[in-house]
Amino acid sequence: MSIISRGFRGRRREGDDRLPPGQYLVDDFPVLSAGPTPRIPLDRWEFAIDTEAEQTHRWSWAELMALPQETPTVDIHCVTKWSKLGTGWQGVSLDTLFENVETAVEYALVYSYGGYTTNLPLEDLLDGKAWIVHQFDGEELEPRHGGPARLLVPHLYLWKSAKWVRGIRLLEEDWPGFWETAGYHNYGDPWREQRYEGD
Amino acid sequence: MTTEHLDGNALAGPLGEIFAVDITAAVGRCASCGLTGPIAALRVYGPAPGLVARCPGCDEVVLRLVRGPGAAWLDLRGAVSLRLGLPD
Amino acid sequence: MRRLTWRPARLTGLREETDSARTLVFQVPDWPGHLAGQHVDVRLTADDGYSTQRSYSVAAPADGDTVELTVERVPDGEVSPYLTEIIEPGDQVEIRGPVGGWFVWRPESRSPVLLVGGGSGIVPLMAMIRAQAGSRVPFRLLYSLRDPSRRYYAEELRRHDAGLDVGYLYTRAVPDGWPRPAGRILLDDLAESGWPATFEPECYVCGPTGFVEAAADLLLALGHAPEHIRTERFGPTGG
Repeated sequence: MSIISRGFRGRRREGDDRLPPGQYLVDDFPVLSAGPTPRIPLDRWEFAIDTEAEQTHRWSWAELMALPQETPTVDIHCVTKWSKLGTGWQGVSLDTLFENVETAVEYALVYSYGGYTTNLPLEDLLDGKAWIVHQFDGEELEPRHGGPARLLVPHLYLWKSAKWVRGIRLLEEDWPGFWETAGYHNYGDPWREQRYEGD
Repeated sequence: MTTEHLDGNALAGPLGEIFAVDITAAVGRCASCGLTGPIAALRVYGPAPGLVARCPGCDEVVLRLVRGPGAAWLDLRGAVSLRLGLPD
Repeated sequence: MRRLTWRPARLTGLREETDSARTLVFQVPDWPGHLAGQHVDVRLTADDGYSTQRSYSVAAPADGDTVELTVERVPDGEVSPYLTEIIEPGDQVEIRGPVGGWFVWRPESRSPVLLVGGGSGIVPLMAMIRAQAGSRVPFRLLYSLRDPSRRYYAEELRRHDAGLDVGYLYTRAVPDGWPRPAGRILLDDLAESGWPATFEPECYVCGPTGFVEAAADLLLALGHAPEHIRTERFGPTGG
């Protein structure tokens, strides 16, 4: 039983009917990190999809920019309880990137520059559910928010939207990533409030 | 190039919920590069979504701590071992 | 020795240090005592159950159940406005600690002491200075801050004992006639106000991350051995 501090209110936390349980709206865009911000020059940047048959599909920055671009507007929910509604991004749909990828497996492990990883079922990346984004709010995505490019999978908690994304490895078996092996939920559906392992 | 980070002194409170001895003065060896030094000198990111302590030499993860409702998860794989001062 | 838990702490006194900083005196029943340099975690809970916590260095050496903290009001902060403007004697918070066994000064230690503090980094160093009283160990303090209006413990440092030398360094605005122009810490500041490396002092550096890294690098450049330099970085909110 915590002691209540008379007169303490904390930041005004607006709830909203459009938010998943336990979330509140913020005006700013908090930066959370597990390590130093990587700096990747665009002439060395690449994104790869590695299949279970050891086929690798690669895109340079120029190749990514040449693909059909989309401008999704989505709500984002961080496991630390803040949410933003109607955020605007620009990037390439994972459906476009997977067009010529042959695979029969169910699981994906996303990996980033700097060593971060996160896992999710492959189906959660497809059918209009995910993008590799490089612009936020009409501007180049800043490094502290994951630039030059990050994954965006808004239907799951934001830790799945790996910053500084480098590639996706397709796997026969699920392989829990950085936060999933440190107590966070393996799937992370904000609408079922799946924050921690066991939720 | 580093982001703003704290140091291992910031682990003292959270680890103090788990260990009866102060860990920040403990000396550890990084499992990646072998550098030894006190926990207090680690580069610490967080506290949300969790505390991630990295080696000041090679930046690899030495320790991770996540505190959830009713539980804590502690990962010490990044430290080969810790030397703690204890009374005789 | 046992694991730490949250303890109720009642505010019994307060002192304004500057326009934006205040020292808070708490009574914590059965407080186990602490060493100069240690810190505590302070938790506040609102009546809807929302809670948050911050770390603060203890500003004075152990004295029964008393725990003194000095808190700077951070613009747009969540906890510091409560602690510097709203909390009144009689109100309660929760405190966990003491924690931090590395950034400490023990009175049994014999080496000269060099303290380098930036902004609110002076707080744990002041606990060490207050613990020095009556000891023969010589201390030197270099206190870096934006301008004189932001000094904590100004009177007490002015009246200091013979065993302490205090040097001030201003980074934004200096008093009239001040010999050193405003600017960030440099090698010369430490060469003048610090102990020579040959004296092998124990060095304690505390403040915002950028300050700590700059000062620690300068101490290394002056020849102080890394094992004699202890650092504590505060976040951008100053702890």
